[in-house]
Amino acid sequence: MINKTAAEMADALSKGETTSLALTQAHLDRISAVDSKVKAFLHVDKEGALAQAASVDAKRAKGEKLSPLAGIPLALKDVLAQKGVPTTAGSKILQGWRPPYDSTVAAKLKAAGVVIVGKTNMDEFAMGSSTENSGFGPTFNPWDLTRTPGGSSGGSAAAVSSFQTPLAIGSDTGGSIRQPAALTGIVGVRPTYGAVSRYGLIAYSSSLDQAGPFGRTVLDTALLHEVIAGHDAHDATSINADVPAVVAAAKSGDVKGLKIGVIKQLQGEGYQKGVQTRFDESLKLLASLGAEIVEVDCPNFEYALAAYYLIAPSEASSNLARFDAMRYGLRVGDKDGASAEAVMNITRDAGFGREVKRRIILGTYALSSGYYDAYYGSAQKIRTLIIEDYAKAFAKADVLVSPTAPTTAYKIGEKVDDPMAMYLGDVATIPVNLAGICGMSLPAGLAEEDGLPVGFQIMAPAMQDQRLYQVGAALEAALNSKWGAPILSNAPSLGGAA
Amino acid sequence: MSSLSRDDVAKLAALARIEMTEAELIELSSQFGMILDAVARVQDVNLDGVKPTSHPQPMLNITRPDVVAPSLSPEDALSGAPAQEDQRFRVPQILGEAE
Repeated sequence: MINKTAAEMADALSKGETTSLALTQAHLDRISAVDSKVKAFLHVDKEGALAQAASVDAKRAKGEKLSPLAGIPLALKDVLAQKGVPTTAGSKILQGWRPPYDSTVAAKLKAAGVVIVGKTNMDEFAMGSSTENSGFGPTFNPWDLTRTPGGSSGGSAAAVSSFQTPLAIGSDTGGSIRQPAALTGIVGVRPTYGAVSRYGLIAYSSSLDQAGPFGRTVLDTALLHEVIAGHDAHDATSINADVPAVVAAAKSGDVKGLKIGVIKQLQGEGYQKGVQTRFDESLKLLASLGAEIVEVDCPNFEYALAAYYLIAPSEASSNLARFDAMRYGLRVGDKDGASAEAVMNITRDAGFGREVKRRIILGTYALSSGYYDAYYGSAQKIRTLIIEDYAKAFAKADVLVSPTAPTTAYKIGEKVDDPMAMYLGDVATIPVNLAGICGMSLPAGLAEEDGLPVGFQIMAPAMQDQRLYQVGAALEAALNSKWGAPILSNAPSLGGAA
Repeated sequence: MSSLSRDDVAKLAALARIEMTEAELIELSSQFGMILDAVARVQDVNLDGVKPTSHPQPMLNITRPDVVAPSLSPEDALSGAPAQEDQRFRVPQILGEAE
C-alpha cells in the first residue's frame, strides 16, 4: 500500500478498500522500520495522526463529503507551526516549543482531513542546501545513506522518497523544495510567491519564502498544491485571486504547440555531465511531444547568487531578532543580576548554529550604514534586472527550463566547511525566488556516472502555476513509458518492509 | 580581496546581539573575505537608473475591517514563556542597578 501514489490511496479509501487508520498505521510502521537510517523526522506525532485518521474514517462512514486527500498521511516541514506539536525550525533555540496556534498551511491540511504524521528535519531556519545545518543532526539520502538529500527541506524530501509518507510540505526560499526534490528523485513545487499563506511559517527571508508541496508524481503534487494554496487575510502578501487549476493541468499534460525556453545561462559549464545529458534528453522528449524548444538569454542571472546571498541574510538578520529569550524558546544565563541584554546575547550564541550566525553577521554587515548602498541596495537593483530578464524570456516562451541543480547528491560533510561551494548548488533555483515566480523540479532519470537522481526544472510566470503541472505531467508520462517504471523503483529498499 | 578583522566581526556580533566565542570570531573573520568577494559581484553591473525591488508583489496598504476576532488566551500566549509571573512574561533585569 505504501508504494502507491496518493491519488491511488485516495481512490482505495473512497472505494472502501482500506481505511485511513490502516493506511496511517502502515506508514507509521514504515517510519519505525527505516527512519533510524534516514532521519527524516524530528518528531513523529503517532497519537495525533491516528486520531485524525480515525476521525476521517468516521466521517467517511457517515457518508460526509470529503476532500480528495482526506485520510492521506503527510510529513510537515518543521518550519511550519502546528498547534501543540513541537516546532523547532531545526534550531536549538526553539527546542521544546509547542506553538499555541496553527500555521495556515497546517490548518488547511487539517481541514482537508490530511493526516499529519510528523515534523521533518531541515537546515536550521531553512538556511542551507543539505540539511546538515540542522541543530539536530543531518538527514540521509535514501538513495545512498552516505549522501545528503539536499536542503533545506531535506527531511520532507527524504520522507517521501523513502515511502515514509506519500506527500510532504516544504518551504523554498532559494531552492529548498526543488533542489532536495531533484536530489531524491521526487516532484517538488515552489508555488508563486503569495500563492500559499506564510502565516505560521517561521520567517527566514520574508520576500523570498514560500511553502509548497512534495509528491512522488506530478498529479499527487498538484492535489496537495490545491489544498494549501489560496488567499489568507492573516498574510498581507497573500495574493487575492483564484488558485490556478493545477490538478486539471496535471491531468491534461498536453504540450502540443507550447513554447519551452531553455535558459542559456543555466546549463553547460559547471553542470555535471550526467545532469546535462538527462536534461538534454528530456528536452528532446518534450519536442517529440509537439513542444517548440527555443533558447532564451538571461544575462543578469550571473549575478543572482550574489544578490540572493545579500538579500536573504539581510532579511534574516532582521527576522531572527525576534529570538530574544524573552517570550518563548531557549533562555540561557538568567542568573541573579544578569541583564536582559546579556541573557539575550548568551542565549543567541548557545541557540543558533554556525550557518545561522554566519548569515546574521553577513546581513548585519550588508545593512550597516556605509555599506547599505553598495551591498543590499545593489542587490535589490539586481533583483529588478532579473525580473526584467524573466519578462523578456516569457515573451518568447510559455515556460522556461533548466537542470534543477548542477550536480547530483553529494557526500555528507563534503561541502560543510566551504560555504561558497554549498551556495553554488542553488545557482539554478535562486532566480525564481528573486522574481517571485513559480518553479517545479521533477525526476529526469539517473546520472550515468553515479546512478543518482537528476532534477528537471520548469519555471512559469507568477500565478501561472498550472503550466508547471501541464509540462511536468507530459514529461513524466513520456519518461515513465521510456523507463517502464517510476524512477523510485530503482531506489534501495532500506531493509524495511515495502 | 576583501577582508574583515576579528575585531570587525566582534563589533557586528555585538550589534546582532550574539556573544561569540573567540574561536567563532576567528573562524568567521577567516571566511568573510571570500564570502564578501563573492557577493560583491553585485557591484560589477552598471546599476545607474535601475529601480530597487524590495518585494516581488507590489502591494500597498492591505487593510481589513477593525472587528474583534478570536485570539490567544493568556495561558496560551504564555505557554512558551521561559519564565512567567502573575500572568505576565518574567524577564531579566532591563535597567541597570543605578537607573
